[in-house]
Amino acid sequence: MDAIYQLIHDYCPTMPDWLALALAILLPIAIVMGVFLTVFALLTWVERKALGRIQNRRGPNRVGPVGLFQPIADGLKLLTKEDIVPNAADKVVHFLAPVLVVVPAFMVLAVVPVAKGFIAVDLNIGVLFALAVSTASVLALFMAGWASHNKFSLLGAMRGVAQVVSYEVPMVLAAVVVLMASGSLSSVSIVEAQRGLTGWFVCKPWGLVGFVIFQLCAMAEVARTPFDLPEAESEIVAGYHTEYSGFKFALFQMGEYVAAITMGGITVTMFLGGYLGPGCDLPKFGWLISACWFFAKLGIIVVINIWARGTWPRVRVDQLLGFAWKLLLPLSLVNIVAMAVWHFAPNKLVGWVESAVLLAVAIVALVKINAGQTFEKRSYRFTS
Amino acid sequence: MSATGIIQTQTLEVSLGPQHPSTHGVFRMDVVLDGEYVVKLKPVMGYLHRNHEQLAEKMTWLGSMPYTDRLDYFCSMTNNWAYALAVEKMTGLKVPERAEYIRVIMAELTRLLNHSCAIGFLLSDCGAWFTPVLYALREREWILDFFETVSGARMMCNYMRFGGVRVDLDDASLAMARNIVARWPAFLDEFEKLMTENEVLLARTQRVGILSRNLAINASVSGPVARASGVEYDIRKVDKYGVYDRFDFGVPVGEAGDTFDRYMIRILEMREAVKILEQALRDIPAGPFIAPEAKLRNFKVPAGDGYGRIEAPKGELGFYLVSEGGAKPYRYHVRPPSFINLTILEDMCLGQKVADTVIILGSVDIVLGEVDR
Repeated sequence: MDAIYQLIHDYCPTMPDWLALALAILLPIAIVMGVFLTVFALLTWVERKALGRIQNRRGPNRVGPVGLFQPIADGLKLLTKEDIVPNAADKVVHFLAPVLVVVPAFMVLAVVPVAKGFIAVDLNIGVLFALAVSTASVLALFMAGWASHNKFSLLGAMRGVAQVVSYEVPMVLAAVVVLMASGSLSSVSIVEAQRGLTGWFVCKPWGLVGFVIFQLCAMAEVARTPFDLPEAESEIVAGYHTEYSGFKFALFQMGEYVAAITMGGITVTMFLGGYLGPGCDLPKFGWLISACWFFAKLGIIVVINIWARGTWPRVRVDQLLGFAWKLLLPLSLVNIVAMAVWHFAPNKLVGWVESAVLLAVAIVALVKINAGQTFEKRSYRFTS
Repeated sequence: MSATGIIQTQTLEVSLGPQHPSTHGVFRMDVVLDGEYVVKLKPVMGYLHRNHEQLAEKMTWLGSMPYTDRLDYFCSMTNNWAYALAVEKMTGLKVPERAEYIRVIMAELTRLLNHSCAIGFLLSDCGAWFTPVLYALREREWILDFFETVSGARMMCNYMRFGGVRVDLDDASLAMARNIVARWPAFLDEFEKLMTENEVLLARTQRVGILSRNLAINASVSGPVARASGVEYDIRKVDKYGVYDRFDFGVPVGEAGDTFDRYMIRILEMREAVKILEQALRDIPAGPFIAPEAKLRNFKVPAGDGYGRIEAPKGELGFYLVSEGGAKPYRYHVRPPSFINLTILEDMCLGQKVADTVIILGSVDIVLGEVDR
């Protein structure tokens, strides 16, 4: 934002200050919205294609070349559909909920550095902002569930709140190790702290554990399978958005997908080295190469999400919460200790070994403690 | 009132169905929930009632054969067989040996078709996003193609006749059946590799929806649901109808009676069905495919009553018929397995979570065409 302001100032010194400021604010918003809405549209296509391939189908292939225009057709269809609001619904809240789902998802994008020097606002509390704002979507979710005046919606909203609140805790704790390592909350400094051949935080034992916890929590937070309980189709119809149709439904979908993208973006920024990669520092095309790196890494995270969705059954609500509180939360606490051990180790090798051993012991112990409900190996007799 | 007694909460009455993605049709469960726990569940049936029994009493004996296809629309072949068996018992028609073998082949293929889809839909109810179902449907398509080649229809086959079957199996279609049977174990291995050991599936299904052996017997539950609860009851072994006494096959029996057992029993039954099919396709004799004395027109059944039952994929399917000696049945009654298996739904669901009721319903494997008739 500041850079654009400076740029406008340099090229048109005659432009009034307020106009330059307004442009400097609006331009990044337009770019972020444009880029990520395109990514969203593409993502729905990629997801449907990939799910199709997983399921022995072809996926959409009628609209445009290899079905590429399917998102446009979907959008048009949803736009022209009747908007149904239940009689008993709280009209205002019912209307506000889908809007509030989309807004935080996009707001988080403001602090995601998509390429070298390309960030809407480089807040010095970037990560905190991202984590705080992304949680705000739970409010919209509960508004939708409550305002619909539908029992399925209410059940979905209750599940959603329980889920997001539970998974927020290990998620933040998993992010803490990154902040300890980089010594900053700014997303750009976090990325810059990961320079070097094995600089990515995911290449360190605490970083790997943190990455896995963060990724799992991110999947739970945006309600992706196997954690899609708030909208569990086979159980509570569509959960909190049961009573939404037309474009409001599309907004819910958009919010969910954009949230998945932003969460992936934050994961990439914090653990996978963001836009860093060979060639990202080249003087002329460095920004393009770094953007390619960022979106390639984002693509990997997105594909992991899709893959999980196509192959895993859904967990139950008590198992979901138990997983967060009994396993992820203690593990993320141990992870912080492991990071501290790493930091104060006399040399790198000792730090490696110490934190890796600590984490391995913690994982084994936690799995053992939580193995109260073991799975039985069943045998069946055959009568003839 | 909640169970804690400290916080006073209200129960929530939810109507799962008749418009619900996973009630397998137009079926309704009136569920009373305390939080996520089920405290009361009432199955409500009848949304698909189409007067099947009354219609058959106004129709010739053979005239209701196509209607039996529509009972359990996944398994038209076994429905045909049960009806034909009841009529053959009353008339004393002898079925030629080749026809008996053809019937066994059709019935066991139907079992493969039904069980693969049943476990597929069960996993879909677990939230596996249709991937298992589509794997099952891919294989089911081979069987449906075979049925279409033989009978002219994919699902509504209308294939059996009193005293035999409608069309003979030629060598080409026998080869087709052999091909299906040969590829089935590979499909089962692939399916099991992907799903059976999955931790989420185990956590969702083990110790969920337990049906005790006593209750299963008292409620007259039959089929894979009963066998998963440890009831050693398979009409193929008890009655030895058709030529089932000639084949070497086992009947898998479970112990825990939970959802996982019902899932595994179906997979094991498919493996046994493959064994039966291999033997039947190897030993099928030449000869007539319908009894020479069987009449299609002016068909009359001597006065009296009869009950024919077979082991349909879902359980004991029986037809109770009363004749006054005329061209129409006086009374026509169906004993549908899924309807009777459904009566114990509440006992299995009480104390479970709302997410489990859907899985338990899926593991009972119902088809509403048969439940409501």
